Parts: sequence; C-alpha cells; structure tokens
Amino acid sequence: MSALAHIGAGQGAPAGPDTAKRGSWMPYLLLLPGMLWLIVFFVVPLVQLFTVSLQSKFPGYPGYYYRDLNFKNYWSALTEFAPHFGRSLLFAGLATFFAFCLAYPLAYAMAFKAGRWRGLMMICIIAPFFTSFILRTIAWRQILADEGPVAKTLNFLHVLPGGHITETWMAVVAGLTYNFLPFMVLPIYASLERADPRIIEAGGDLYANGFTTFRTVTLPMSMPGVLAGTLLTFIPAAGDYVNAELLGSDRSTKMVGNVIESQFFKVPGGYPTAAALSFTLMALILALVFVYVRKFGTEELL
Amino acid sequence: MDDEGKTYPTLEAFIKETGIKATYTEDIDDNDSYVSKVRPQLEAKQDIGKDIITLTDWMANRMIRDQLVQPLELIQMPNAGNLLPPLKEVSFDPGRNYSLTWQSGFAGIGYDKERVGKELKTLDDLFTPELRGKIVVLSEMRDTLGLIMQWQGVDIAGNWGKPEYDKAIEKFNQLVSDGYIRRIKGNSYLNDLKSGNALAGIVWSGDLFILRAETENDNWEFTIPESGGTLWSDNMMVPITSTHRRNAETLMNYYYDPKVAAEVAAWVNYVCPVVGAKQEMEKIDEELAQSPFIFPSEDYLTKNNIQGFRALTAQEDADYSAEWAKVVGN
Repeated sequence: MSALAHIGAGQGAPAGPDTAKRGSWMPYLLLLPGMLWLIVFFVVPLVQLFTVSLQSKFPGYPGYYYRDLNFKNYWSALTEFAPHFGRSLLFAGLATFFAFCLAYPLAYAMAFKAGRWRGLMMICIIAPFFTSFILRTIAWRQILADEGPVAKTLNFLHVLPGGHITETWMAVVAGLTYNFLPFMVLPIYASLERADPRIIEAGGDLYANGFTTFRTVTLPMSMPGVLAGTLLTFIPAAGDYVNAELLGSDRSTKMVGNVIESQFFKVPGGYPTAAALSFTLMALILALVFVYVRKFGTEELL
Repeated sequence: MDDEGKTYPTLEAFIKETGIKATYTEDIDDNDSYVSKVRPQLEAKQDIGKDIITLTDWMANRMIRDQLVQPLELIQMPNAGNLLPPLKEVSFDPGRNYSLTWQSGFAGIGYDKERVGKELKTLDDLFTPELRGKIVVLSEMRDTLGLIMQWQGVDIAGNWGKPEYDKAIEKFNQLVSDGYIRRIKGNSYLNDLKSGNALAGIVWSGDLFILRAETENDNWEFTIPESGGTLWSDNMMVPITSTHRRNAETLMNYYYDPKVAAEVAAWVNYVCPVVGAKQEMEKIDEELAQSPFIFPSEDYLTKNNIQGFRALTAQEDADYSAEWAKVVGN
C-alpha cells in the first residue's frame, strides 16, 4: 500500500506534458500481470467456491449436487461446527499473543543490540524455511512426545496435567506459535531498524526513563511492524490445520481447517459444507482484521 | 521391488519379457485425496494418464458403482484364476469383473509385548485401564469399526444395518471420551508407536512387520483378536479412459504368476492373494512361507473369523462416512 502511495507521489512531481501522459497509463500496465493473476487464481476460484457453497444435495444420489441458492448450508455448517470456529480463533489469538511476546524482544535485540551478530540472528530466523513446514511440525511431535525431554521434565516436576503434551491444546498453540514466529519477527524488526536512534535518545534527553521512552517513543514507532506481524501470524494461523492434525487430539483440538479438509476429501457429498465453511472463515477473518486495523491501524498502513 | 526402493525387478522383468513399457508411480498416498483429484477428469472422460490404478475395497466400490472403471476380460488373464478363493467373491464386485486384488492385509491388534507386559488376545485385553491413553487406532472406518462390530458379535460381511452400526459407533465414542484411545490416524500411527506415545493399537498386519524391522525390536506383536479381524485388499482396476486395457491385463496376468507373486510378497510382507505363491516362496524363504499373515490358509481365515467389511450402498456410504468424520473429530 505504501508502494502505491509512492507511485501516486511520483506522478505529481515530474513536469512536462510527455512524462505526464506516459505516467497515466504506465502504472496500470505495470499492474496488469498482477491483476490478471489475481483474477485467474483468486477471483474466479472465489466465485466458483461461492456457487458450490450454495449447492443442494441431489436427492437419492449421494455425492451429487445441483446448482441452487441453498443458504441453509451456511446455517447448518455454522451451528454444527461452531466449536471448531471458536477454537480456530482462540488458538490463533493465543499463538499471535505468544509469538508477539517472543518476537518483540528478539526483533528489538536484533535492531539495537546485536551488532555484528545481526546477520547470524537473521539467518537463524530464516533458516527453518529451508525445510518443509510439515517435517518441522512432525519433529515437534517427537520433541513433545511422552518420552521426549519436555514432557519428561514437566512430568518429573508434576506440573503437567494429564501427563502428556501432544494431543492437547498446548501442543497445537506451541506449534502455531513456532511456525508463524518469523512472520512476526521480520516486520517488527523492519520497522524498528528503520527507527532513528536519535529520536529514542532524545527521549532520554527529555528526562524520560527507559520504560517511558519505550512506551511513548519506541513502541509507537514500531506499531506498523507490530500490526503487520500480528496480521501475518493471525490470518494463516486461524486457517491452519496441519498443527491441529499433527499435534492435537481428535476430539478437543480440531480447528476449522481440519473440518474443511475432511468435508472436502473424506465425506461424500461434503463439498457444499466445506465451501460454506471456507467462505464463513474468510468473512470472519476479514471482519476481524477490518475492526482491528480500524482500531489500531496507523496512517502508514491505511 | 527391491531394497533400494528405486528399482522394481519384477516390473523390469515384465518389460523385458513383453516389450510393454510400464512405469510404477506412487501417486496414491491416500485413497480420498487421489480419487478427489482424478474423479472429475474421469467423469468428464478425460485421460488421467494411468492404465491401472490400485485402490482399497471401499474406494473400488465407489469407482465400480459410478462406472469409472472398465470391465476386465478374464480370458486375457489365465493366471487370474490363481486368485485366493476367499477374495474371489467380494460384495463390491461380484465375480470380479472390474477388479483384481493387488495385495491384501489384516487389521488386528498390534502391541509391544515387553512394555505391555502381557498378551493381548481380545479387545477386552486391549481396552484396559493400564493402557488407557496409550492406544492408537486406524482412521479407516472399515477396520477400526469392523473390529469393534466383530467384538459385539456382528458378522461384518453379512447383512447388518443401521442399528449395528450405531451400536459400534456408540462403543467407539465411549472409548474415545473415556480416554482409552489416544489418536485415530491413517498413516502416521506408526510414529506414535515408535516414539512411545502409544504402546498398542488397532493396526495393519504389514505395518507391524515393517515396524519390527525398522526398530529392530522383536517385541512388536500382531494378533487377530479372538472376536475376529478384518481382511482388506487393494485392487487393481483399469480407469474408464484408458486405451491400453489389453496391456494392463497382461501386466495383471504377469503379477498373478505364482513365481512373480512370491517375489513381490517376500518384499512387501502383506497377504499374498495368489494361490501357488506359497510353494514358490518355500524356495525363497521358508519362514515367510509359513507365516499366516502372508499366506493364510482358508482354514486360518474361518477359524479366526477374518472377514471383509461388506460393501456399502451409496446412501449408507455417504451417511456412515459423514457420521465417522464427526466421530473422529471433524
């Protein structure tokens, strides 16, 4: 969005009739490939998904449907799978919170304290992307296993209710937090790194203590990064099903993504339900994000 | 197939012998996701680039029911007569007009003899307080629920209906909510047995032998519960759009040569569906030839009440699948 703003700003500046004329269609031409891509791979499938979500089952032929405007699909999908929706939002919210708590100090250290270690820290954050996300999640299953180091230690200290970590919500939230942590760190780091240290110093010069400087100067300056980071974590986490599938239990930790997967692939005739669920999830996230950005958004993002 | 996993000696021998080019691909990692992918193409009569697809009984049932596979000409496959008698008459394909068994297997109880500390002979032995939370079961409805129905005295190959199904679901629900069953999984349950998250479960016979070899632990034991076990098969079929049916049949015929079948069985460790392979196996590996989990006699099957889950009608299939999805959490 800031990129667009730059194009707009650049347009006003140059003088001369020739450049102004070329400038009027050039941005659109540059947008064309992106727009085409969006239309073919986003808008068309979205419309298709919407029509599927309104189809009705063909009576007497399980697994077949006919085109219809059956809005009841939405109601039944929502009522039947309400707990899964609740879990998706709750787990994604928790994961976002924990990721923020872990990411902010890390990004802060990288931006201001790391010195020559900065490059190495950056590599450590990005390196996990070189292996498959599924494999890393399976590895977490081994780390958190009953006879693994974490569960054994906690059990030894008698602080693990139920005696195991896998198959609980803790494992799912831990997995989500881990998997989306880099998406939180990088935007926060980017906005902190851009902050002018002289402004922060000025806070001290004006007799603010460290905490007040942080609260009134550093944190507000990093807000665009925090906002971007929370969105980049929350949105994919709410739609994720891999962590719940691999680390969670069958009954109490499944999320909406799992239901969509099973309705699509495993239940004959589940297509409309799956489509309705996907659409509802999308609308829900969109609404939440809208409210969130309205409330906390900075000028730079809107 | 051989140990390298990259070359398939039996397939290469076939190519040499017949001049028919054949490639073996492991595209099917799960019945549901593979069929979801190719089904629209088959319905639209588009070639999917495969001349033989191999799917489990219940999915074969759907494919045959919806006419997405071609009839086979038995006259082109003299060796097909070697099919194990109990597999000849299957409810989803009476007379085997559309399908031929590739490999079969049993579902039963698998456990670590040493760590469990006793023999598990029945499902009552499995679902005990000592093993609570240490049990994994298959997410394949026909196997897990089939075993439970047999436990409740139902003949799963016979004419059971909704009441029997509901009763088994109720029992299963109880076992999950009481915390006996830790996980309900398709392929990844072996990892739980390996990592110690689970000590026992309802498993597939061949998997357990793989586990035994991989962990180099002979304490892994597979048994058919006294109430009975399930027999399932993966079935070769020719997609409706294939233009090489004759070649496909030649290949199926080739794999029903007892000699070739024995060679395959020595590698895969699942139930070999070919009569006469046992005698050939005796020449390769005497011990494997005696294993009832690879060459079960008809006597063994009847004595242990090992049966196939009956084919479901389209309506039952849709209803029960939806119900099962709910039971396993989504």
